[in-house]
Amino acid sequence: MSDTKKEAAVPKRLAANYSFGDPIPPLLYEISRDGRRAVRLPDCDVPQIDLPSELLRADDDPLRLPEVSEQDVVRHFTRLSHANMAIDTTFYPLGSCTMKYNPKVNEVAASHPAFANGHPLVREEDAQGSLAIMYRLQRMLAEISGFSAVSLQPAAGAQGELTGILMIRAWHESRRDEKRTKILVPDSAHGTNPATVTMAGYETVEIPSDAEGNVDLDALRAACDETVAGLMITNPNTVGLFETRIEEVTRAVHECGGLVYGDGANLNAILGVVRPGDLGIDVMHFNLHKTFSTPHGGGGPGAGPVAANETLAPFLPGPVVDLTGERYGFRQPEQSIGRLKAFHGNFGMLLRAYVYIRMHGPDGLRAISENAVINANYLRKLTEKTFPAKYDRICMHEFVSPGNRYEGVTTMDIAKRLLDYGFHAPTVYFPLIVRDALMVEPTESENRETLEIFAEVLERIVTEAKDRPDLLHDAPVSTPVRRLDEVAAVKNLKLRYER
Amino acid sequence: MAYLGNTDADRRIMLEALRLERIEDLFADIPAAKRFPELDLPPAMSELEILHEIDELAAMNGGGPRLLSFVGAGAYQHYIPSIVSFLSGRGEFATAYTPYQAEASQGTVQTIFEYQSMVADLLGMEVVNASHYDGATAVAEAAIMAVRSTRGRDSVVLAEGLHPEYHEVAATYLRPQGVAIRAGGSAADELINAVDERTACLIVQNPDFFGRLHDLSGLADAVHERGALLVLHVDPIATAILASPGSLGADIVTGEGQSLGIPVSYGGPYLGVFATRRSLVRKMPGRLAGETTDAEGRRGFVLTLNTREQHIRREKATSNICTNQGLMALRAAIYLASLGPQGLREVATLCYQKAHYAASRLAAVPGCTVNGGEDTPFFKEFVLSTPLTADDLIAGCAQRDVIPGLALSRYYPERTHDLLVAVTEQYSRAQIDALVDAVTAVTGDTQA
Repeated sequence: MSDTKKEAAVPKRLAANYSFGDPIPPLLYEISRDGRRAVRLPDCDVPQIDLPSELLRADDDPLRLPEVSEQDVVRHFTRLSHANMAIDTTFYPLGSCTMKYNPKVNEVAASHPAFANGHPLVREEDAQGSLAIMYRLQRMLAEISGFSAVSLQPAAGAQGELTGILMIRAWHESRRDEKRTKILVPDSAHGTNPATVTMAGYETVEIPSDAEGNVDLDALRAACDETVAGLMITNPNTVGLFETRIEEVTRAVHECGGLVYGDGANLNAILGVVRPGDLGIDVMHFNLHKTFSTPHGGGGPGAGPVAANETLAPFLPGPVVDLTGERYGFRQPEQSIGRLKAFHGNFGMLLRAYVYIRMHGPDGLRAISENAVINANYLRKLTEKTFPAKYDRICMHEFVSPGNRYEGVTTMDIAKRLLDYGFHAPTVYFPLIVRDALMVEPTESENRETLEIFAEVLERIVTEAKDRPDLLHDAPVSTPVRRLDEVAAVKNLKLRYER
Repeated sequence: MAYLGNTDADRRIMLEALRLERIEDLFADIPAAKRFPELDLPPAMSELEILHEIDELAAMNGGGPRLLSFVGAGAYQHYIPSIVSFLSGRGEFATAYTPYQAEASQGTVQTIFEYQSMVADLLGMEVVNASHYDGATAVAEAAIMAVRSTRGRDSVVLAEGLHPEYHEVAATYLRPQGVAIRAGGSAADELINAVDERTACLIVQNPDFFGRLHDLSGLADAVHERGALLVLHVDPIATAILASPGSLGADIVTGEGQSLGIPVSYGGPYLGVFATRRSLVRKMPGRLAGETTDAEGRRGFVLTLNTREQHIRREKATSNICTNQGLMALRAAIYLASLGPQGLREVATLCYQKAHYAASRLAAVPGCTVNGGEDTPFFKEFVLSTPLTADDLIAGCAQRDVIPGLALSRYYPERTHDLLVAVTEQYSRAQIDALVDAVTAVTGDTQA
C-alpha cells in the first residue's frame, strides 16, 4: 500500500464495519445483537396445544443463529457478492468449466410459479407442462449426442459418471460376465473419473497419453483384456484436443468385451459438429451447467443427464419420461440401475437448459461450438510466444500450456497476478499430464477484443516475471484479500464460527 | 440465435491469423464421415417466443394459484422471504464457480463458511460441509463414510421410517461397493438389536417419513456400544425446536435443506445437508470452507482439506462429488439469517400447531382416522386414513382445488386408503378448514 493510501485509510472501528474497497465484511454472527430480527411471521391463528416437552431442545442446547435486521442481511450479502469475480463481471477462462454467458431468460423461465411451485409428487396429470419439458429435453439431448435414450436423473457431472459406470456394470452382470473388474482411464482424465470407478466398485487402470496428447493406442490395446469392464474417455480431452483415432479406441475396447463411457465435460466444442454416439461411445453424460448455460452458482447446482445407446438404454436410472398418445408420464426402464437422487432430477436446471436449446436451434448450437473453438484457437495463437500450448496443433474449445517457463515464478504466481488485472485465472495444475498447467477456455460468448487484451496482459505478466518478479510473488494486491495461506487453514482447522 | 461475442468481421480476422480459410477447417481432426451431422431439432426461437411457449407449458400444469396442496413427503412448501431470491439471484453469486481462486471468490467462500457455521449451530454439530445434491444422496454418502470409518464392517441398518426414495438411492450407491442394507424396524429396541458386529451405522430419520417423532435419547450410546455409528436424518426446520441431533449423540447428521428457502421446483435443485464430528472430518466427503489469513494477516476463507477430494486424491478420494449445490447453500444461509433463532422457532412451532389443528379436525371427519388412531407425536406431517381409496379422495378433492396429500400407495401398494398430509406455517386456518371441508364433502358424498 502507498503511504498516501495508508494515511487516508479510515480506522477500522469507525468504518461502520465496512467501506467501499475494504476487505470482506464481518461475519453475520459478529454483527448480531440479541433481539434484532428480519422476517416476521403471522400470529398463530389456530388453537394451540403443548409441544412434546420431552423431545424439545434442553436449556443447555440453545438454538444459536445470528440476530440481524433485514437491511443487515441485504448489505451483508450484497457486499459479499462484490468480493466475487463472476461471468457477469469479468472474463473467467477457467478451463474445463465452460464459463459461458448465462442468459437471464433462463432465470425468468425457472422462476415461473407453475414450475417453481410445482411439487414433485403431484399426479402426472397435474404436471403435464413440466413433464413435457423433460420429455422434449430428453429427445433433444439424444438427438444432439446421437443416442437413443436419456435419463435426466443425475444431479451433476460426477453423478452422471457414476450412473454410466453403474450401467456398464449392470450390463455385464446381466450377461453373467463376472470376471470384469477394471475400468481404463486415460491419465489426462478429471479426478472425478477414477473416483467414480472406485465408487462403482471397480479398479482404475491408468492409460498413458501419447506425444500428440491423445490416448496411447498401443498402451490401450495392451490393457484391453477379458478383465476390462470399460473405458472412460473425455473427448475432446482435457488438453483440449479431439482424439483423432477415437473410432479405433472405442473399437479396441469393444473387441475385448468392454463398453465405452464418454465424459461429456467438453461437449461445448462439438455441438452440431460430431455426435459421440456416432463414434462408438455407448453411454455419456452432459453437464448442463457447462454446455447448456445453467449458472454454476459458486459450485453448483448442476445437472448431469445421461444418454445411452440401445444396448444400455434399458439400464438407465429412472424414472424417465415417456409420451403415450398425448399424455406424458414416468416410466422405470426395464433393467434400471435404480434411483440416483430423490424425485426426478434437478428440474430447475433442466428447464433452463431446455430454454437454451430451444432458443438456439440446430444452427445456433453449431455456431456455439464453432465460436468456442475459433476463440480458443485465436487465443492460443495470440499467446504462442508467452504461453505456447503444450501440443502444437489446432485445439478444440480450450488449450493447455505449461506454466513453468519463467524462472522464479510459478503457475500460481501467474494466476494470482491475473486477478490483479481483473481477470479470473485459468484452471491451474490440471491436467496432470502437463507440468504446472494453465488451462484456458475462453468460450463462445467472449469477443475478440477481450481475448486480445487478455493476451496482452499475459505478455505484461511475462515481462514482470523477468523485471519485477515481486509483483507476481506478492499478487494479488487488488483483491479484497491478499494471497491466502492454505497451509495454515489445514494446520489450524477452523471450519465454523467459534464464539 | 446464439450468445456470441464476435461478428463475421471478427471471425474473418481470427481465421486469417490462424491461416485458415473457413471455420470448418478447425475441425479436421474429426472423422470426416461423422462431421457436421444434420440435427433434427426445432428451429431457433427468440426470447419473446420462448417465453410464450413457457407460458403455454406452464398452463399445462394443473392447479394454478388457487390450488391448495398438502403434499410433502420430503419436499415442503414453506414461506420463502423475498430477500432470498433477490440476493441469491445476483450474478456475482450465480455466475461464479467453485472458488478455486479464493482471493477472487471471497463472496462464495465466506458464504459457505457462514452456511457451515449456521447449520452447525442448528444441528448442534461440529462440522458441516458445503453441501450434497440432496437429502437422499447425503444419506447414501453418510453410509459410505460410516463404512470407511468403521474398519471391517460391511453393512448398514436403515430404520423403517426412512424416505422410501432415499432407501432406493442408498441401494444404488451401496450395492456396487458390496455394502449390505438391512431393515431395522422402527421401535428403539428393534433398531438396537439390528446392529451387530458387521454394522457400520444405523440410519434413522426423525421426524420419519410419516411425520412421526421418535424419542432418540439413549440410542446413540446403545449403537456406540456395539461399535457402530449413528446417522440421523433430520428436517432442519424441526431441529429449531427439537433436541439437536448433536445433543442426541449423532456421529453423522444429514438433512434435506430444501425447507430452508428453496422452492420445491418439481424435485430439484435441493440441498443435501451433511454434518459430522470433528474427529471424523478427514473421512467426510464434499467441499469444506475454512478460515485462514492473507499475506497481511487479515482474515480470509479458502476451500480446505482438499486432499480428501477427487481432484487431488483421484481413485482414493472420499467421494467422486465435485459440483455441489452451492447456490442452494447460499439460499439456506440467507434464509437462516433472515429468520434468526426466534423466527425459525416460530416457523417450527407454527408448523407443529397447524399440522395438529388439521389432524384433529380431520380425525373428526366420519370414517377418517389420523396416524392409525394412535396418539403418536408428530411434527408437520401425518397419515390420514379414509373410507375412500386415497386416489379417489384426491380426485374428488381436486374438483374443489385441493390436493389433500400424497397417496401412500405410491410407495406402499397395500396402503390404498392412506394419505400423507403435510401442513406448514404458510397455510392459514381458513385454508386448513377448506381442506377439512373438501375431505368431509368427498368422503360424505360416497358414504351417503
